[in-house]
Amino acid sequence: MAGISGLLVTVRTGKQGAEMMRGKMNPEYLDEISTLRINPDDMAEAQMLPGQKVKVSSSFGEVTVTCIASDVPRKLFFLPVGPVANRLVSGSDTDGTGVPAWKGEQVTIEPADQVQ
Amino acid sequence: MDQELKVHSDVICTFCGCLCDDIEVEVVDNRISKVKKACMIGRNKLMHAQSNNPDITIAGKPTSLDAAINEAVNILTNARFPLVYGLSSTTTEAQREMVEIAEILNATIDNPSSYCHGPGLMARQQVGLSSCTLGEVKNRADLVIFWGCNPLESHVRHLTRYSVSAKGMFHPEGRKSRKIVSIDIRPTPTTKSSDWFIQVTPGNTFEIATLLRALVANNPIGKGDDALIAGVAVSKWRELAEMIRGCKYGVIFFGLGVTQCRGRDINVEQLAVLVSEINNHTRFYAMAMRGHGNVAGGNQVMTWQTGFPLAVNFSRGYPRYNPGEFSVIGLLARKEVDAALIVATDPGAHLPADTGDHLKNIPVIYLEPHNNPTTEWATVVIPVAQAGVAASGTYYRMDNVPLRVKKIVDSDHLSDEEVLKRIKERITHAQNY
Amino acid sequence: MLRIINGKVYDPVNRIHGEIRDICIRDQKIVEGPLPPETEIIDAKGCVVMPGGVEIHSHVAGAKVNNGRMLCPEDSADHFRAHTEILRSGCNGVVPTTFLTGYEYARLGYTTLFEAAVPPLKARHAHEELRDTPILDTGCYTVMGNNYLVMKALNEPDEISRREKLMGVVAWLLESTRGYAVKIVNPGGVENWKWNRGLVDLDTPVPPFDVTPRMIMTGLARTAYELKLPHPIHLHTNHLGEPGNMAYTLETMKALSGSRAHFTHLQFHSYDKSKRGGFASGAVAIAEYFNNHPEFTCDAGLIVFGPTMTMTADAPMEFSLHQMKGGKWSNLDIEMETGSGVVPIKYQPDSLVNAVQWCLGLELMLLINDPWRVFLSTDHPNAGPFTSYPLLIKLLMDRDFRMSWYEMLHPKVKEYTCLHDLTREYSLEEIAIVTRSGPARALGLKNRGHLGAGAYADVAIYPFFDDKQKMFSSASYLIKDGRVVVRDGAIKESFSGRALGLELPVKGELAGDLKEYFEQYSTVAFSNYRVEEEYTPRPELIRCG
Repeated sequence: MAGISGLLVTVRTGKQGAEMMRGKMNPEYLDEISTLRINPDDMAEAQMLPGQKVKVSSSFGEVTVTCIASDVPRKLFFLPVGPVANRLVSGSDTDGTGVPAWKGEQVTIEPADQVQ
Repeated sequence: MDQELKVHSDVICTFCGCLCDDIEVEVVDNRISKVKKACMIGRNKLMHAQSNNPDITIAGKPTSLDAAINEAVNILTNARFPLVYGLSSTTTEAQREMVEIAEILNATIDNPSSYCHGPGLMARQQVGLSSCTLGEVKNRADLVIFWGCNPLESHVRHLTRYSVSAKGMFHPEGRKSRKIVSIDIRPTPTTKSSDWFIQVTPGNTFEIATLLRALVANNPIGKGDDALIAGVAVSKWRELAEMIRGCKYGVIFFGLGVTQCRGRDINVEQLAVLVSEINNHTRFYAMAMRGHGNVAGGNQVMTWQTGFPLAVNFSRGYPRYNPGEFSVIGLLARKEVDAALIVATDPGAHLPADTGDHLKNIPVIYLEPHNNPTTEWATVVIPVAQAGVAASGTYYRMDNVPLRVKKIVDSDHLSDEEVLKRIKERITHAQNY
Repeated sequence: MLRIINGKVYDPVNRIHGEIRDICIRDQKIVEGPLPPETEIIDAKGCVVMPGGVEIHSHVAGAKVNNGRMLCPEDSADHFRAHTEILRSGCNGVVPTTFLTGYEYARLGYTTLFEAAVPPLKARHAHEELRDTPILDTGCYTVMGNNYLVMKALNEPDEISRREKLMGVVAWLLESTRGYAVKIVNPGGVENWKWNRGLVDLDTPVPPFDVTPRMIMTGLARTAYELKLPHPIHLHTNHLGEPGNMAYTLETMKALSGSRAHFTHLQFHSYDKSKRGGFASGAVAIAEYFNNHPEFTCDAGLIVFGPTMTMTADAPMEFSLHQMKGGKWSNLDIEMETGSGVVPIKYQPDSLVNAVQWCLGLELMLLINDPWRVFLSTDHPNAGPFTSYPLLIKLLMDRDFRMSWYEMLHPKVKEYTCLHDLTREYSLEEIAIVTRSGPARALGLKNRGHLGAGAYADVAIYPFFDDKQKMFSSASYLIKDGRVVVRDGAIKESFSGRALGLELPVKGELAGDLKEYFEQYSTVAFSNYRVEEEYTPRPELIRCG
C-alpha cells in the first residue's frame, strides 16, 4: 500500500494569518489550513500527486487535506496551525508540560482515494 | 448626506506581540474604511473588526445582555470546578477582572501561553533570562538570530520595525550592518532573507544550546569538527559560536519551534543559560516571539496578582501554581472542569480537538467580538467591543512594554472589562445572599 | 468623625513627645476639635499614636518587581494568604503580590509608599501595579541617570541652552511618566555596560554622548532645584556594592555639596577596603561628612539576614553579582533609558561580607546625628523584605538586643566594624522621625508625617510593649483618610489610595532636536509614550515650590 510515515509539524503561514482575520468560516481560510506541505520525494514515494487529497492519520485522529510539494525536509510534513491540524494531536499527550506535540506528532499519510 | 471622515494616526495594531503603533486608520461614519502601514494580517484585522459579530445567545437562542449575564452567573456559581481561560487578546484591565472572578469562584485560571511560550516562562523561573526591549535591537543589535520562528509570516513587520532593516542609532544603514542568522528545520521566508540559514533536524534544540554553551566557553566537547549535531557539522556550530562571541550586541528571538518541540521548557532553560554565559564575553539577549497581542500582559497581570504567569488554581482560596496540572489543556483533556468562562481566545480553533471537545459537553460562557468555531457551540455567547478598535486599555508588547490601545469607533457592545465587571458584581451578590 | 483618646502621641513635627493627647478626625483630615459628643471613639490607652508611616524607598511595582516575582515561585510555598470577603489573595514573602504588599504595609502602620525606580518606557506597568496595591497612597520615581535625552541635552555646548533643554526633558519625563521625583541609578554606568565597557568614575566620558556621571548628577540636581521639585534627586551612586566605594561616595557628595540630594540605600555605598581588599565599614567617614552637610538626606538600606531578591536599574551591578554567585539572573535593557537586573540572594550572619554590611547599615543610622536626615529602609527587597522593619526598629532601640545579634556574626567582623562601640539607642520619637515624619519632610509632603490640624487622617496606633519588635510588628489600628483600615492587627477595609504626582511650574516640552531624535530612535510613537490619566484614577498633585 502506498503511503509514508513521518512527523507532523504545525506552523504559521502568512495566508493562514491573513485569512483567519477575514473569518474562520471562510473557504479561503479552511483551504489554507487544509494544505499540507511535503517534500516531492516523499510525495513520489507515497505515490501522491501535487494537489491531491491525502489522508493524514495519527493515533488520535485523521483528516483529509490537500498536499503540495515544498522544499521541506523528507519525512517532515507541515500543516498550518488550526482546527484541521488539531484533530491529529492530543491534549492527553503533553509530557506533563501542558504543551501537546504540535511540533512533532507521528503521522501516516496516504492518498485519499486509496482509503475507500 | 455628508459622510464624516476621521483619520486616526499612531493607532496600535493588536494582532501580534509587535504591537506596531504607527498604523493610520480612516473611519467614515463610524466604519473603518481604510488602513495604512499595517501588514496584511493587521490590515485584515482592522478592516474586519466591525463585521461578523455574533448575537447575544443562550444555547444558540438570541437573548438580552442582562439575561446572558444572569445565565453566566448561574453557571459559574453552580460549578464545582470552573475554569477561567483566555486573556491573551484583551486589555490588562479585563484580565484583572478575570483573575478576580477566578479568585472569587475559587476557580482555575489559565491563558494560551501555557501551551505556547509557557515553557519559556517556566524556564525563566528556573534560571532567569537576559533580555532587552525591541528598541535596543533596532538601535544596537549587530547580530540577530531567529531560532524556531518565522516572523515574516507570523510577525510580519518585526524585521522592518525592530530587528533587521530598521535604521537604528548605531546602525544607520539598517540591514547592511547586521548579521542575520536563522536556525530552523525547514526553509521559510525568514530563513531565505537571512545571511545564514542553519537547517537542523527537529527536536534537537537542547543539544544545540548545550553545544553552543561549550563552544562559546571554549570547553572541550569530545567530538571532531565533522561530527554532526542536529544534522549540522560541529565546525559550523563553532563558526556560529565565534560569530556570537565577536558581536557587540546580539539577540536571539525564539519561537514555538523552540518552546513546543521535544524538551519544551528545558530547551528554553538551556538557551537562557547560553545567553547568560555569552554575557561573560559580550552583551547578549533573548526574547520570546510572543504571538497574541496581549498574551504578555496576561502573564504580567497574573504574576502581579497571583505570583505566577499561568496555570493558577484557587480551590484553596489562595493561588497555587502547577503547569501540567492546572494548564488548560491538561484540565480539559482529563475532563476535570465542569464550566468555563472564556474570554478573548478561540479554543474551538486553537486546542487539540479531543481537548476542545470537552468544552462542548460543559456549559461555556464566551466573550468574543467575532463569529468563530467557538461561538458555534458556546452555551452563552456575549459579543464585545474589540479592544483597540471599540474599547481602550493596556496591551503589553512582546518585550513587555505596555501601551494604551484606544477606542476609535463606537460599538453597540460593552467591552470585555465592562461585561466582566457586571459578571463579577453579580457573582459577589449571588454569593452573599 | 473619629476621636482617638488616651494614647501617647508622638508627633515630632508638632513637638508632641509622647504626651497623652486626643486626635480628632473629620472626613479625611485631622482637625482641632472639639468634635460632637456622639463621635466614635478609639480608646488608645496603653498605646502609642503616630502619623501613618511614609516609605521613601521600596521596590513594589513595575517591570523588575514583577520579574522578581516571576523568578521566585518557590517563595509562595510558605507565604500565601487566602482571599476573604474584603481581601484579595496573594503570596510571596520576599516580593509579595500587589494586594499583599498593600495589606502588609498597612499592618505595619504605613500609609504612603514610593516605588523607587521606574523606567519611563515601563511607567504604565508601574502605575498598573500601584493601582492594585491597596490602602496606601503611592507614587513613583522616574529613572533618568542613563536617559539618552538627558545625556543629549547635557552634551549641549551652550550653557543656557543646555539648562533649558535639560529642564524641558526632565519636566517632560516627569509628566509623561506621572512620576514624583528624579531617580538616578548608576549614572552613565548602565549605558557604559551596554557597550561592554567597565565601571565608570565621576569623570569617565560615557558613549554615545560623552557626558560624565558628574555632569549627569550635578545637571539633574540643578534642574530638580530649578523646577522646585518637592524631593531632590534621589541618587543611587556608581560603584554600588564594591569594597572601597566609600571614597567614591565621598567624592560624589563633594561634587554635589551645596545642592539638595537624597542618597539612597547608603549602606551599599559606604564600604571601606580592608588591607586585603575585602569589605570594611566606612560608616565613620561617611557619617562625619554627611553630618556636616545639612543639604543631604539618606535612607539606610539595612541588611536583613535570610533569603531575599536584589533588583535594580543598575544592570551591571546585578550582572557582576550573578557572575559572583551563579544561579538565577534576569536582565532587561531598556532602549534609550536604562537597564535593570534581578538576582536572588541570601544574607548570612556567618558570611564576613554580609556581617560587615549588617553592622554598617546600623552604624550609619547610629552615627548620623540628625534623625530628620536618615530614614529606615531595606531598599526592599534588596537588603531585605520590608516586613522586617519591626526587627530593625528593635535593633535600633535596644543595644542589648543588638549585641546579642552581633555575637552571632562572623567572628572577624569586629576588625572591620565599630558597631560594638556604639551605645546609642533610638527613642520612640526618633523612630517616629525615621519612619514617617522625616521621609514626609524629605519628600515635601506637607499633609503627611504629622498629626496637626489639616494633615491627612493617616494614623497608626501601636500597642505599647517593652519588646519593640512585638510592638511594631502589627498596628492595633491603622486609620487611613479617617477610615479604620486595621483593627487589632487585622485588615477591616480595603480601598484604593491616591496617586501622588507633581504640579510642575513649567510644561514639559522636548526641544525640537530632542523630539526628532526620540521619534527617530524610539520604537514607541511620541503620541503613545505619555502615560494617560486613566492610570492614576485618584491623583493628588503636589505643587512644586
